[in-house]
Amino acid sequence: MTAVPLLEVKDLTVEFSTRRGIVQAVKEVNLTVPKGEIVGVVGESGSGKSVTSYAVMRILDRVGRIARGTITYTSLDLVGASEPEMRDLRGREMSMIFQNPRLALNPIRKVGKQLEDVLLQHAQADARDVTQKAIELLEQVRIARPEERYHAYPFELSGGMCQRIVIALALACKPQLLIADEPTTGLDVTTQKAVMDLVVDLVRARGMSAILITHDLGLAAAYCDKVVVMEKGRVVETATSIDIFRAPEAAYTRKLMRATPRPGITLHDLLPEETPAPAPIAPHRIGEPLLVVEDLVKEYKRQAPPARLATMFGKKVEPPPPFRAVDGISFTVNRGESVGLVGESGCGKSTTSTIVMRLIDASGGRITFDGEDIGALPARGFASHPMRKRIQMVFQDPTESLNPRYTVSRAIADPLLRMGGYKGGARLRDKVAELATMVGFPLDLLDRFPHQLSGGQKARVGIARAIALNPDLVILDEPTAALDVSVQAVVLNLLQHLKETLGMSYLFVSHDLHVVRLLCDRVIVMRQGRIVEEGTAEQVLEAPQADYTRELISAIPHPPV
Amino acid sequence: MLSSFLRRLATAIPSLIGVIIVTFLLTRVLPGDTAAYFAGPAATPEAIEEIRVKLGLDKSIPEQFVDYVGALVQGDLGSSLTTGQPVIQDIIDRLPASAELTLFGLFIAIAVAVPLGILAAVRQGSWIDHLCRIVATAGVSLPVFFTGLLLVYVFYYILGWAPAPLGRLDVFAFPPDPITGFLLIDCVLVGDWETLGSALAQLAVPSATLAIFALAPITRITRASMLSVLSSEFVRTARASGLSPFKVIVGYAFRNAMLPVITTLGMVFSFLLGANVLVEKVFAWPGIGSYAVEALIASDYAPVQGFVLAMAIMYVVLNLLIDLLYGVIDPRVRIEG
Repeated sequence: MTAVPLLEVKDLTVEFSTRRGIVQAVKEVNLTVPKGEIVGVVGESGSGKSVTSYAVMRILDRVGRIARGTITYTSLDLVGASEPEMRDLRGREMSMIFQNPRLALNPIRKVGKQLEDVLLQHAQADARDVTQKAIELLEQVRIARPEERYHAYPFELSGGMCQRIVIALALACKPQLLIADEPTTGLDVTTQKAVMDLVVDLVRARGMSAILITHDLGLAAAYCDKVVVMEKGRVVETATSIDIFRAPEAAYTRKLMRATPRPGITLHDLLPEETPAPAPIAPHRIGEPLLVVEDLVKEYKRQAPPARLATMFGKKVEPPPPFRAVDGISFTVNRGESVGLVGESGCGKSTTSTIVMRLIDASGGRITFDGEDIGALPARGFASHPMRKRIQMVFQDPTESLNPRYTVSRAIADPLLRMGGYKGGARLRDKVAELATMVGFPLDLLDRFPHQLSGGQKARVGIARAIALNPDLVILDEPTAALDVSVQAVVLNLLQHLKETLGMSYLFVSHDLHVVRLLCDRVIVMRQGRIVEEGTAEQVLEAPQADYTRELISAIPHPPV
Repeated sequence: MLSSFLRRLATAIPSLIGVIIVTFLLTRVLPGDTAAYFAGPAATPEAIEEIRVKLGLDKSIPEQFVDYVGALVQGDLGSSLTTGQPVIQDIIDRLPASAELTLFGLFIAIAVAVPLGILAAVRQGSWIDHLCRIVATAGVSLPVFFTGLLLVYVFYYILGWAPAPLGRLDVFAFPPDPITGFLLIDCVLVGDWETLGSALAQLAVPSATLAIFALAPITRITRASMLSVLSSEFVRTARASGLSPFKVIVGYAFRNAMLPVITTLGMVFSFLLGANVLVEKVFAWPGIGSYAVEALIASDYAPVQGFVLAMAIMYVVLNLLIDLLYGVIDPRVRIEG
């Protein structure tokens, strides 16, 4: 270790003045980033990991303030530095990559121009060579056809491509320190691997230091030299990546590690050690086919190229072939079975689940549910069809999918009132309480509104609502994607328990192969609207047949153990 | 670009047809008998009937409508019975006066409101934010005829800074030969600086009256829109890349915040067209608004129809311009066409 670290944070305390008084988001955090090293900061939401990095960059919100502590960059005191001094450091000495790359770019400015802004600001280029330098930057982040992409707007680029632009912005002025705040959240696992490999390559090649902020312990361990684990604003453990995986010291680190889905474990292994094993339930039997999907096709019209003049003069213009989001897939879900539908964004897995839910109409194919051809029923009228209550759905974002004006009990009561024949009164109240108990939702919180609940509690409300009418099939659309790993562990166990007690079938849509393996009996891997592989969870994960499945599995970050 | 422009223009045609039908019907159901009004109080029933036939009012409503549309296609909006001139000529004479007043008022409002809104958002909670709130509240709560009279009282009667509120030019100034009809532009074109000064002096108080009215919505929307953009992630990225505050606020934040502001401008402009009528009355402005009110009171329906049609066309053109401006500012609008 070099004598003087590049960045040293000592006893940092950050306060936010809120309506409920002053809240300490970061408490006495110590963090050292030596020259040339990559330090991971890991923690769940609310752990203060992002706030720490904003404090270092001095870009805290108006209500946030560094209360105590020092931040030293080489020999500069960043807490006492003036705003113009900081502005000169930002981008040139230290820069940042944010999560959600699409939102991190100015939506109405060409990406090349945005790069030029930064280059010109820090006098890295002048008017003559700035365009050339911006294109070189695009090349460095391995963007194909950089001259063309220079003129692109962020909305014309994919998420992974936008993140490369953000990386180019951050590295434009050759800073010494790069802070990456959840740089791959929301990206597909193969894109995540490409982006992380790129960042790490560039950082290592330039001898820079980096801080990688993430909720994913596996990702941090795979790419960092040292990992700092944070919980509720405090650092609970600092160790090298290898040590943290071999011998985690803090109880919180152990809990986090246990909760991370990984090969060779069962669902119950995700829960903290002291959790009692669930009462053994007779293993569910997989029965006759419940949902049969045959040759399902969903086509979307493509935007026609401007050929209006030709049509005006009576010429027949061939319309472009429609885009096939779902391209002739067939699968079966049996009674009491969980089937995982896995693939990256755009593979058609969500479209498939929405068609099965009869929210949109298919372009072709048959969907048979319990012997009845529900694919033939138009999506518009399906809400009032008696079949409707036998298929339910749990949505991806527990916050967005709850009506913000409904209390929890009203939200759970909604399907009962609409389709369950309940009219209100004590019977409804008892049923709501029963459902809340089943999903482990605290009864004294039933009168709260969604914004007063935690992510895990909201997820429980979404599940209670879905099982309210004793459905035969529940479609789970990435139900844990927005949750912290420890909450995800609990929710996954809850889903498994409910399935066993109620004998439902699950169609589990996810991008995370490890999670799918834990919950599902069978796995279907989709790519570009087609099924590339299908088999039992063990088969697909242990001995994948398709190249694409293998690529997916190898892209999951592996800890260095 | 041109084809989308033409397509957008074509969508305005149904609304114009609607306007023609509705104004025609509305003027026909107005109370009062036009023929009786123009025959005078001493006229005999025969004389009234004669005028009725001459005006074509004895025909059925559908027949009258066909006549009206037929004339309209030839650019004939009928004649005003009060001024005795063709309506189209009256509108051509008077529309520039109204347009000059409205546009100048809008211009002042934008020049004050947009910077005020930006500053209020950047320095949220400071004195300038409170000033912004006061201006906005005052602007919406005071009716224009009241602010107009108040400004006349203060600036003409008490302070004596403003000229008498009697039209576009004071009586001793000679208007330049009309080129565009806009006095300010015509004066600049012929280089008549003295008349320009006089015209500006006359224009100042009435346009300020309109500006105070228009300030409120523009300030509020600018502030709200800037606040939401300033807290967005790409502004944070811009700050984290060390861009200067000016670049961040004006180059990044404001350009994104402009879309709702422009939408509001379109609405404010249409409010101003309405408010114009009262302001023109208060300041004896020889505009199209006062002309329409007088015609309305006299049951002189041809000018009223002409006025509403002219306003509708202006409104359609304005909305078209706003749509085009959208495309210039936001590339995402462009592809949707």
